[in-house]
Amino acid sequence: MPAETLPSLADVPREPGAKKPDAILVADGVVRRFGGLTAVNVNHVEIPRGRITALIGPNGAGKTTFFNLLTGFDKPDEGTWTFNGKTLGGVPAHKVARLGMVRTFQLTKALNRLTVMDNMLLGATGQKGENFFRALIPATWRAQEREITERAEELLVRFKLDAKRNDFAGSLSGGQRKLLEMARALMVRPDMVMLDEPMAGVNPALTQSLLGHVKALREDGMTVLFVEHDMDMVRDISDWVIVMGQGSVLAEGTPDEVMADPRVIDAYLGAHHDDEPSEEPPAPVAAAADAPETAAEKPAGEEKA
Amino acid sequence: MDWNLIIQVSFESIIGSTAIIYALAAIGLNVHFGYTGLLNFGQSAFLGVAAYGLAMSVTTFGLPFWVGIGVGLLGAVVLALLLGVPTLRLRADYLAIVTIAAAEIIRLLFRSVSLSEWTGGSDGLQRFSDDFYAMNPYSQGIKILPLIDMDSRDLWVLTVGWILVALACLIVWLLMRSPWGRVLKAIREDEDAVRSLGKNVFSYKIQALILGGVLGSLGGFMFALSRAAVQPDTYGTELTFFAYTILILGGAARVFGPVVGAVIFWFLIVFIDALLIELIKVGAIPTAIMDPNQAGSVRYILVGVGLMCLLIFRPQGIFGDKKEVMLDAR
Repeated sequence: MPAETLPSLADVPREPGAKKPDAILVADGVVRRFGGLTAVNVNHVEIPRGRITALIGPNGAGKTTFFNLLTGFDKPDEGTWTFNGKTLGGVPAHKVARLGMVRTFQLTKALNRLTVMDNMLLGATGQKGENFFRALIPATWRAQEREITERAEELLVRFKLDAKRNDFAGSLSGGQRKLLEMARALMVRPDMVMLDEPMAGVNPALTQSLLGHVKALREDGMTVLFVEHDMDMVRDISDWVIVMGQGSVLAEGTPDEVMADPRVIDAYLGAHHDDEPSEEPPAPVAAAADAPETAAEKPAGEEKA
Repeated sequence: MDWNLIIQVSFESIIGSTAIIYALAAIGLNVHFGYTGLLNFGQSAFLGVAAYGLAMSVTTFGLPFWVGIGVGLLGAVVLALLLGVPTLRLRADYLAIVTIAAAEIIRLLFRSVSLSEWTGGSDGLQRFSDDFYAMNPYSQGIKILPLIDMDSRDLWVLTVGWILVALACLIVWLLMRSPWGRVLKAIREDEDAVRSLGKNVFSYKIQALILGGVLGSLGGFMFALSRAAVQPDTYGTELTFFAYTILILGGAARVFGPVVGAVIFWFLIVFIDALLIELIKVGAIPTAIMDPNQAGSVRYILVGVGLMCLLIFRPQGIFGDKKEVMLDAR
């Protein structure tokens, strides 16, 4: 298992923006504002190579926005980041994918009216037949197509979708679509896979198999960064956890440490969750709903100080 | 009742130049809408630019015929870039708005008084097709009654037209079974997913817009040459909407969908018109209900009702796969 030969994360300080021995992705000062709202404000964060890193945080913490920025699907107002030593700020999404960082989506994007096999074949990069003029002459791309088909076939067997290869992707169940999306991402031969809520909408029977597939990515030497709300999954498979709240990184550490961290509990439940209700100032319902988020600002502010 | 006449005009509509023109326009639209999901509502502009590119080159500037064809093709490519570059990075509906506006702007430019020195204004241009008919190898027409009675000029137009339709179908067929076509179809389904897999979506959409525009421009050449004239108002929004109707009738994202759609559409229009006029002539339909002048409008009503039934009972068109269309509803 390659993970054993990787530098240990035991000596990494448990603090936001901690330096890692071998970081594949390093982001600095990434800021994204939507009007007056600062959705993402990450001072410094490093993702360790060859590990499974979870990105967690309450709703509205900016996890998906940060994902979109890193993968080129959104442009930051400020900030830079490097992937495998290459600067990625301002690089369009398709080039990010070609450099080896491939993402999946929170709402699964199976290409419904394409067959499962066509979904897979699309994932392969550097296809000669994707050039307009070569496409007209099948002889120039047939051999490569056969090669790609073989690779797709292997992946479909691994993800137990081989029986569905000629079905429209739109006819698959929600869980199968998640599997297809992951398998399709692997066709790109990425160094790093970014999974946006891989467990959302997947029935419990498929959860274990999906978890197994994510772990298998690490065994194949890939780096995984995933956004997830399911704490059992985070505890089960991640080597490292990064907690976001209010757009910035609140805490980092191993799953057990992070889940015991009072700052994290505050971020999820609000700083005053143990207080007597009578101590709360009387507030309208709408303000009460915002309470956990305003509370989360406090630890973030302490961190900067 | 003159059944021979009804049969003849109906048959000629099946193989006629109008079916060819609309088949080519719809084949181009099929690349845009059927395969790539681009809502181009300005297909008429691609036909118009090609037709006027040819007519103006030859009539206004006295250039040779083949230069005119080159100008027309180049015009279609430039139009695709003009429409695509600013809009294809935005959401799909922007392209729809821009294309329909651009098509109207181009038509109004062609018919404007201040440009009439070059475009002929609302009268259009003539006398640019002599070189085309000079290439005609047929010395006589064809007459197989009651089916067909055509002169050698019509025969030449049909020969060239159907060869172009066959070539266009061949190109679309070759491309859409290739990895290039796979990318287009994937863009139709979800362009973000395609982007996440390392494909330059913008570049593919531009390529699709150019290809569909150039295929449509072949229809523009046939329109101009078969009539031996160009007239600005024939390149209006009606042409685009008929092309969409034909595409959906035949089945979008099917190679032969637009061809079969065009043939059936024009057969129905011509057949119903001829039948109504004959029925009025023999008194089967009293003039109190409908006179021959009104028959032209009634045929569109009847064809419209027919198309509504088609969309209700066979939404995938003639060639489509119902299972595939239903996936969209999920």
